[in-house]
Amino acid sequence: MLRPSEGLEIDGFKLGACLHQGGFATIWDVTHPLYRTPMVMKVPTILDGYDGPTIVGFEVEQMIMPRLVGQHVPRVMGVGDFSVMPYIVTERIPGKSLLQLFKTAPLPVSDVIELAARMAEAVHALHKQHVVHLDLKPDNFLRRETGEIVAIDFGLSRHDELPDLLAEEFTIPMGTFPYISPEQYLRQRDDLRSDLFALGAMIYELATGKMPFGQPERLKGVRKRLWRDPVPPRVLVPEIPDWLQEIILRALEVDPNNRYQSASQMLFDLSHPNQIKITARGLKTERDGFWTVFRRRRKMRKVRRFAAPPTMLSQIDRAPILMVAVDLSPEMEELAHRLLTWVQRMLVIQPDSRVACVNVIKTARIGLDPTTTDDGENIHVARLVTLKAWAEKLDLPEERLTYTILEHSDPGRALLDYAANNHVDHILMGARGHSSTRRFLGSVSSQVIAEAPCSATVIRLVQTASEEEAAVI
Amino acid sequence: MRLAILTDIHGNREAFSAVLADVEQRAIDRIVLLGDIVGYGPDPEWCADKAAALVEAGAIAVQGNHDNAVGDRAESMGKVAAAAMDWTRPRMNEAQRKFLAALPLTQELGDILFVHASANDPGDWIYVTGAQRAMGSFRVCTSRLIFCGHVHVPALISCGLTGQVQEHEFRIGAAVPLIRSRRWIVVVGSVGQPRDRSPEAAYAILDTGTNELSFRRVAYDVASTAAKIRATGLPEVLATRLLKGE
Repeated sequence: MLRPSEGLEIDGFKLGACLHQGGFATIWDVTHPLYRTPMVMKVPTILDGYDGPTIVGFEVEQMIMPRLVGQHVPRVMGVGDFSVMPYIVTERIPGKSLLQLFKTAPLPVSDVIELAARMAEAVHALHKQHVVHLDLKPDNFLRRETGEIVAIDFGLSRHDELPDLLAEEFTIPMGTFPYISPEQYLRQRDDLRSDLFALGAMIYELATGKMPFGQPERLKGVRKRLWRDPVPPRVLVPEIPDWLQEIILRALEVDPNNRYQSASQMLFDLSHPNQIKITARGLKTERDGFWTVFRRRRKMRKVRRFAAPPTMLSQIDRAPILMVAVDLSPEMEELAHRLLTWVQRMLVIQPDSRVACVNVIKTARIGLDPTTTDDGENIHVARLVTLKAWAEKLDLPEERLTYTILEHSDPGRALLDYAANNHVDHILMGARGHSSTRRFLGSVSSQVIAEAPCSATVIRLVQTASEEEAAVI
Repeated sequence: MRLAILTDIHGNREAFSAVLADVEQRAIDRIVLLGDIVGYGPDPEWCADKAAALVEAGAIAVQGNHDNAVGDRAESMGKVAAAAMDWTRPRMNEAQRKFLAALPLTQELGDILFVHASANDPGDWIYVTGAQRAMGSFRVCTSRLIFCGHVHVPALISCGLTGQVQEHEFRIGAAVPLIRSRRWIVVVGSVGQPRDRSPEAAYAILDTGTNELSFRRVAYDVASTAAKIRATGLPEVLATRLLKGE
């Protein structure tokens, strides 16, 4: 087996300087006559003799990384065989890992939110591609010059459609102790919500400058997080708003079922802080008392595993963001009612969905913007009240509902932009029948259907024969 | 190159045709038959002729224990298998008997080995039912990929750089990269008599270019085959197990 060194040429790649020397791998600057993109090569440091964990971790990376696409992962240019020299060549992401930034924590709340949202966005991108990272920590996030966060180091990851080379191999829990989730401690490697726990721990650290569970050196110290709750962030930094504490502590819930159910739902809360329902979590001012912790410890003693979702995509599908575009005009009352029934039906099959109710106020293309006038204000408030009244009949807890009034000259565009920006999974909207004289409004739904970045369902009222005749005339 | 690997057809014409129709649509360059073309099922003649025609056209084929039993009465078999073989033997014509008897026990293609049961002692028909039983195969040859059948339950087993052998879970239809740091045994599920609680015909596709493997399942008219088995007087259990996939 070859050892990497400056000047070495392998499969057309020429090694430059060694950029980083870690415990398990070295990173080299490389060039290739066919590629102009700056690239790096990662070579595992395989000790002589038995070095199972390093080898298998690298095999996992070689298996998973070439399958990932998009802005949130480094692009893979080449993979090297173990028989000559194992390596992975990827594009070089300029800039440092988030580790430097974490060292400057606590950061101002606005920076925390911005970064947390970017991280959640990257994690959601991985989850949608069947991958749970399982070793999220500041060192494993890089930032592109354009701002997107890039996840690296997939040596402990799990792709839910590929064999898990690590599953049967090692019996100790794997991960980085300050960020590892309770279920990972219990050796579960199949739950995307483990990554949300790690995200929660990182946001905690960004906001307070402290790690929620300290830096345990032994497994025994990791186990404690199954019953011992972290100090509420607001105790450490009083400037932290209650809604941010709510987000952090929800992500850090011990039972995955009590956490955010998908990264996109977490991202949704980070983007709409004023609509977060504050529970006891957000208002907590001290750690749980002795007896609560004692009882929890007794209960956790018997826990061997937490219920995990059958597959990653099924979990994402179970917990979607459902956007409902409602037309509140008086003549559309019956359709709005129908739409409500359909949302209720969807909630039966997708019990963890978030419902985003959206209504658009059409503004003039040019000229006076009605929202700048007092009248405009009133329209906005009135619409919001009507929208809330409509959604009330869903009988959904407040934290799973949001209301948004958009103002735009092009209602279809406004709905599409909202869906894209909020990682909406499914759009539900009503459409007037083709008999409608107001063809213009009917075209909003066709525009949304044609251009939606996700699934879209249109609800129509069943037409009676006489209506159809009327339409022909 | 894309290979379609089929095994344990067992005289099931409906399943064999359904899989071949699926293969047609998947840009396959070469077909591999891992043996047991006849036995159990009601259409051994058709299946043997079809297999011979495929081999004529370039397919790779190896011999299974049932194929051998057609000409070799000493081949030991279970009660049901023996009864079905007694029914099958007289139906085979000279050409079919010759074709089945002449099939080799193993075939190689580059770094891939094809065998019906197990690479160690291929004529002993050892069932590769897990990591433990796979070790022998890894030991006796240097091939990077070993494809076998005989078990009727698909499985994926690897042997790592440090010699550790492990069985992996897989998902039907998902392409698995058979990474080169390991050697792999792919136990292909049965076309004509699946036993993993799914009645759908099983086969596998290997893309040697991307080095990816996918296990596939194909629905076919099980009821027809079961009806034929009943009409011919073959043991009833052969009909019910097709319907249940066990």
